[in-house]
Amino acid sequence: MKSEVNTVNNNISSLAQAKPLASPAVQIDFLNSDDLIKFETKLESSALYPLVSSDIDIFQVNLGKMCNQVCKHCHVDAGPDRKEIMTKETMQLCLDALDSCNISTVDLTGGAPEMNPNFRWFIEELSQRGKHIIVRCNLTIILANNKYHDLPDFFAKHKVEVVSSLPHFSAKRTDSQRGKGVFEKSIEALQMLNAIGYGKADSELRLNLVYNPSGAFLPDDQKGLENEFKRRLKNNFDIDFNELFAITNLPISRFLEYLVDTEKYEDYMQELIDAYNPEAAKGVMCRNTISIGWDGFLYDCDFNQMLDLKVNTASQHIRDFNAEDLHSREIIVNQHCFGCTAGSGSSCGGTTT
Amino acid sequence: MDNSYYDPKDLKKFGNITEWQPKLGEKFFDYYGEVFKEGALTAREKSLIALAVSHAVHCPYCIDAYTSDSLKKGADEEQMMEAIHVAAAIKSGAVLVHGVQMMNKADDITM
Ligand code: SF4
Ligand code: SF4
Repeated sequence: MKSEVNTVNNNISSLAQAKPLASPAVQIDFLNSDDLIKFETKLESSALYPLVSSDIDIFQVNLGKMCNQVCKHCHVDAGPDRKEIMTKETMQLCLDALDSCNISTVDLTGGAPEMNPNFRWFIEELSQRGKHIIVRCNLTIILANNKYHDLPDFFAKHKVEVVSSLPHFSAKRTDSQRGKGVFEKSIEALQMLNAIGYGKADSELRLNLVYNPSGAFLPDDQKGLENEFKRRLKNNFDIDFNELFAITNLPISRFLEYLVDTEKYEDYMQELIDAYNPEAAKGVMCRNTISIGWDGFLYDCDFNQMLDLKVNTASQHIRDFNAEDLHSREIIVNQHCFGCTAGSGSSCGGTTT
Repeated sequence: MDNSYYDPKDLKKFGNITEWQPKLGEKFFDYYGEVFKEGALTAREKSLIALAVSHAVHCPYCIDAYTSDSLKKGADEEQMMEAIHVAAAIKSGAVLVHGVQMMNKADDITM
């Protein structure tokens, strides 16, 4: 049954509603307040503790927490009321950092990264440097305002790989997670992207979709879901895309609030723990990613960023970026990490095994 | 013992049936696991069939399990409801088709 306790206001962030779990420190305390097995203990049992990073392949920049949507499961607690966005100066520090090393993939996320006023400038600079650029686009932003309508062309010009969330091919399931009317607009945006060649088999313009469960359960087999999404989106809306990334919801931020409000937290954590897979633990994305926050601080991943768990190195800010320093660093783990190691594993690029 | 025949927690204890008869229990669970693997039918199709049959056999454990499983496997609400309509159609059809037997019998015993 849908809980009546869950008084989520669909238009503003949890922070703006002064919800206790909007605080990273409260979340960490909560995640450690039970006697469930610790993530470190599980890593130890598969000889992976401490978890150590290798070469950085992905430079993931969070351009800010501002978003035109307020999805129920958002791990960023993003929304239109969030004002934290990356300045042009910090973007320049990111470019300087990239010039000092040979990381080839830059992954832009948010919030809705496109809402950052210097978003296009940043992409142009990255494009000039020949980087492989990924933009995590929520789709509805393309239709949110006239000034965004040409985003598909802009993306195509810079050969940006577009990664977009579409939790389901049913309007009901997508809207229940992402907000009323989101499905219809997402479909329209996908058709716009398809129209200029995105997601087409013979095109180099990549369009990948992100599936994440619209409830307290783990994603099923990624390939099976991809086949079904392809079939249904093609039949119903003539939409094509390249790959489907199945991503597990991590128990933090608004998804954690949902779990707590609906009294599903313990069962969900137990499900994650029971599904712990050492192979997935070996392949967690923090081992080859560095995540940069809107204010320039460095994190092992976007989830740690939201929990304010900074990297375990002397230099914790992009102004002091040093790829050598970050190599072989000990990754900061906590109970939320069970979300990355369950089943086939989960990362920003889908399963990891 | 609770004063109710069904407890949702019992679903998780299903595996315990092997305790009293390991050989048959294990054979059953091996078979069960094999049946639900991806085959000529996809795992999602099998889950939807199981959901429909669960309703036909009135098993609350199975309804719980295969509602979750169908959702996990990407089925949507419409598919799930259509699946149980199939079960309902067969059930009601099975009742009604016996109407022919009734008619035959009535013909037989009346002038
Ligand atoms: S999940 Fe993405 S689109 Fe939804 S509120 Fe969060 S940042 Fe915005
Ligand atoms: S949550 Fe972050 S730090 Fe933890 S395992 Fe996942 S990627 Fe690594």
